[in-house]
Amino acid sequence: MSGYRLPPPLGRSVDRERRLTFRFDGRSIPAYDGDTIASALLASGVSVVGRSFKLHRPRGIYSCGIEEPTGVLDVGTGAERTPCMRATDVLASEGLQAFPGNCWPSLRRDAAAILSAFAAYLPAGFYYKTFMWPHWRLYEPAIRRLAGLGTLGDGIDPDRYEERSRQTDVLVIGAGAAGMQAALSAAQAGRSVLLLEAQAGPGGSLDAPDPADPRAFQITDALQSTLRSAGVEVRTRCTVVALYDHLLAVAVETPAPQATAPCRERLLKIRARHIVLATGAIERPMLFPDNDRPGVMLASAMERYASHFGVACGRRVVIATACDTGYRTARRLRAAGITVAAIVDRRKTRDIGDTLLGLDGVELLPDSAVIGVAGRSAVAGVSIASRGRMLTLDTDALAGAGGWTPNVSLYSQAGGRLGWLPDASMFVPDHAVPGISVIGAAAGVFDLDLALAHAADLFGLSRPGRFDSPPAGGLGHVPPDHRPSDQELRLLRGRPGKQFVDLQNDVTTADIALAARENYRSVEHLKRYTTTGMATDQGKTSNINALVLMGRATGRTPDEVGTTKFRPPYKPVTLSAIAGGRTGLRHRPLKRLSARAFHARRGALFEEFGGWERPAGYPRAGETLAACARREAGQVRAAVGLFDGSPLGKIEIHGPDAARFLDLMYLGTMSTLPVGGARYGLILSEHGVIADDGIVARLGPDQFWVNTTSGGAERTALAFDEWLQCEFTGLRAFVIPVSSQWGNVTVAGPRAWQLLAQVGFDAVLAPAAMKHMTLRSTRFEGAEARVLRASFSGELSYEINIGVSHTGALLERLWRAGQDLGVCAYGVEALMVMRIEKGFIHVGADTDGTTLPQDVGFARGPLKKPDHFVGRRSLLRPAGMATDRAELVGLLPVDRRTPVPVGAQLAPAAPPGPAHGHVTSSCISPALGHPIALAMLEAGTQRRGETLGAWHLGRRIEVEVVAPCFFDPQGHRLHG
Amino acid sequence: MMQLACPHCGPRPENEFRYGGSSHVVRPTLDCSDEEWSAYLFFRENPPGLGAERWCHVFGCGQWFNALRDATTHEVQAIYGMTDPAPPAGGVHR
Repeated sequence: MSGYRLPPPLGRSVDRERRLTFRFDGRSIPAYDGDTIASALLASGVSVVGRSFKLHRPRGIYSCGIEEPTGVLDVGTGAERTPCMRATDVLASEGLQAFPGNCWPSLRRDAAAILSAFAAYLPAGFYYKTFMWPHWRLYEPAIRRLAGLGTLGDGIDPDRYEERSRQTDVLVIGAGAAGMQAALSAAQAGRSVLLLEAQAGPGGSLDAPDPADPRAFQITDALQSTLRSAGVEVRTRCTVVALYDHLLAVAVETPAPQATAPCRERLLKIRARHIVLATGAIERPMLFPDNDRPGVMLASAMERYASHFGVACGRRVVIATACDTGYRTARRLRAAGITVAAIVDRRKTRDIGDTLLGLDGVELLPDSAVIGVAGRSAVAGVSIASRGRMLTLDTDALAGAGGWTPNVSLYSQAGGRLGWLPDASMFVPDHAVPGISVIGAAAGVFDLDLALAHAADLFGLSRPGRFDSPPAGGLGHVPPDHRPSDQELRLLRGRPGKQFVDLQNDVTTADIALAARENYRSVEHLKRYTTTGMATDQGKTSNINALVLMGRATGRTPDEVGTTKFRPPYKPVTLSAIAGGRTGLRHRPLKRLSARAFHARRGALFEEFGGWERPAGYPRAGETLAACARREAGQVRAAVGLFDGSPLGKIEIHGPDAARFLDLMYLGTMSTLPVGGARYGLILSEHGVIADDGIVARLGPDQFWVNTTSGGAERTALAFDEWLQCEFTGLRAFVIPVSSQWGNVTVAGPRAWQLLAQVGFDAVLAPAAMKHMTLRSTRFEGAEARVLRASFSGELSYEINIGVSHTGALLERLWRAGQDLGVCAYGVEALMVMRIEKGFIHVGADTDGTTLPQDVGFARGPLKKPDHFVGRRSLLRPAGMATDRAELVGLLPVDRRTPVPVGAQLAPAAPPGPAHGHVTSSCISPALGHPIALAMLEAGTQRRGETLGAWHLGRRIEVEVVAPCFFDPQGHRLHG
Repeated sequence: MMQLACPHCGPRPENEFRYGGSSHVVRPTLDCSDEEWSAYLFFRENPPGLGAERWCHVFGCGQWFNALRDATTHEVQAIYGMTDPAPPAGGVHR
């Protein structure tokens, strides 16, 4: 092939004033602004752009759209490198670097090209037949290295991606003549219209003058110029990749790659009331031996390269055709100044009428077929069987015009079914999908006037209700005839040369025949056995030929063979486009504490806990977090500590039935609480499993304050509301989540009250005046404060709930005032150490999806309480009453030195063998000076005093089963 | 992604909602048999067609409502209140 640039006015898509240069395979390639990588490579005479997937045969550019099977490149370098980009779909830009896929060490000297010499041994299914002994796994790594398309970028993608949500009355997909007409008539009917076009501009297949049919171009041109004044929003370089339920379309827009481009790609999610599919048709390839040689292309692609990019794909073109469009291509190429040597028409009888106009000088060969292509890395001639004789023609570019395949991917995605039109040899939409209309070539309507009439009618005010109607009139398309003649078959016999059905996956006509012989006959088997229609192009050019061949081999029509369901995405979509802006910190933003600055000043080590960024501890230089937690816990028990408990879940329950409602939600009884009283309770799921825990306090007769765990804050409020709205619908109560309004500063330790008094808290809070498990509403420096005496540390402890913006100032005041009292700030890890010492459960750590309240020491609760509270009935099932359930116990290492790791399995004998339980929490207790642990152990409460092994990574740690509370079991300390 | 018509906020995308499973499941009383209780907990019709289910507009008004939806076509035939009885199939449109 020897492509070259044509003179203006050809090349309406490129700006010849703006030159640029990019690199391909290490070579410098000149281009104009508006060129795709493919058009620039063709213009520079580059024929080979990659090696094929399986056989590593040289391949060139084949199409001029996203159906491209062979021009698949890696684009960009470093972290920006993106594999599997269609050269036909990527705009050339200054400095861009593109790399051919699938070759090593270089495109010209590809080491694996030797594979093509063994092609005879690599038929469909050869993997399954060849690499069986002794096991596929042995061969897999080497084969995977050879296979694959391209290389991923390494590092974090530095580019910007956007996501937008849109709504519109009418979404028209495809801005060809039919799509533009539909958009115009919708706009004229007063609808808001969004028109999306995958190419750089509207116009579609008629966006180039045809000397034999000037009218089509004039109409298209006229439609284009009225779009904007009619109020149609047009977005180009915007491909709809998916249609989802209820008329949601997802599109990927690629702005022209300029320095000012706001982003590299933009994902649009469009909800429409009506969707019009005007997605056109894709040309069907011609099959003949060596039809994969660089220089063999779709005829329509050659037309488009000439008209849009001003690029001739060869100096002497031969057109192989099975229908009338080959003649149109010949006319258009000649009008562009390209020599067309011959038209090789497979059909015996020609019904081409006026299509012969303007073709004088072109050799017309009816009842003829291409039976061989000369040249390895570029077409250098062609052999033709013509009416019983063989001829050879000198050519450097071979265009195939095998008919048209309506582009029905999106229609199929939306649930549409396809019907086979034997006369036209194509699949077309066969039944109405609500809200979706298919028009133009996508509907199998190839006559311009019929397509325009249908499009104009969709939103015609005169005939409402025709939205889903099928196209009126005939198809206006002279169908292809691909049946090979006897003489062609005779001449082909014994000739070398593979006929490629799927150029991307190296699937040949022989592979399809093999699949038929080996009984892989259904379309789904055919696809998986031969790999036809897989990978980045999803068989856009190959599927139809594969189905027809399989049908022919098995005596069925293509619709009896069937079509696979089209699934999103219509074209490859980068993960970056899907992620949009949700990367790095924005992937899952952490919630930050209002008092973050206070913690940072005290040297906090921030870690994530349940979606919050919280201080794990305040380690000193060189101190490990575990040592830091022990130091802080020790200081709390010795003096006083400050803890930011703001992430704690907080819910208010209001209403005359609030108390009754809470009785239904909790294992504990809340209705008997006096105003100001507080009680610990477990929340169960309907399966009886512990879902959350926390303290409930009564603010007033009809008003309660509910604390949940930090992780359960949102979940619990949602569950409360679900029960209230869906089951206990007669109860007059409101669930008001207030977690983010209230902060929580916890002051714990023997000097806690001393410190509060020092900064001016009211004397009603003194331990003598305010008992453990009570709540007082008070004010601190003008701010409302709800002070709860409750303790997760086992020390005298005040949980000061205060407006969330006041926590920083309050912590700062307490910090300064507490210097003489030995105040410290303590983090989550120190709190965990203290609660393990006390044997308090941490829901989700000590408990799991099987833990019932009786397993953690609430055995009598369910039987004592008569209410039908949530989960009660499940506790009474036989499994819930079993005596061998896993129960919460404490563990001590017998040597009092070896820490017992979380997750260690408890078993008397070495594994394998049944485990009796596992360790759920563990620490080295600063109060006791040795390791302690909590565990869930079968019948654990009966086994106190028993010794057994805690098995961890093959090591046995001898442990003793004890009660779960290790420190101050009488709870003297928390009363102050 | 479906679009559901919240009775309070109007049509909104599915990801604003939380699916709550089958509707009109009757919660047995405490004295029911283990079999009845397990049927309530674990067994659902899951018909390949119209089914009544509950949804909560969790990133909106926070209200639960019922929907009569065809699980094979996603056609929503009716939206109705949480305590309303299920309308007959093919009945009330939103």
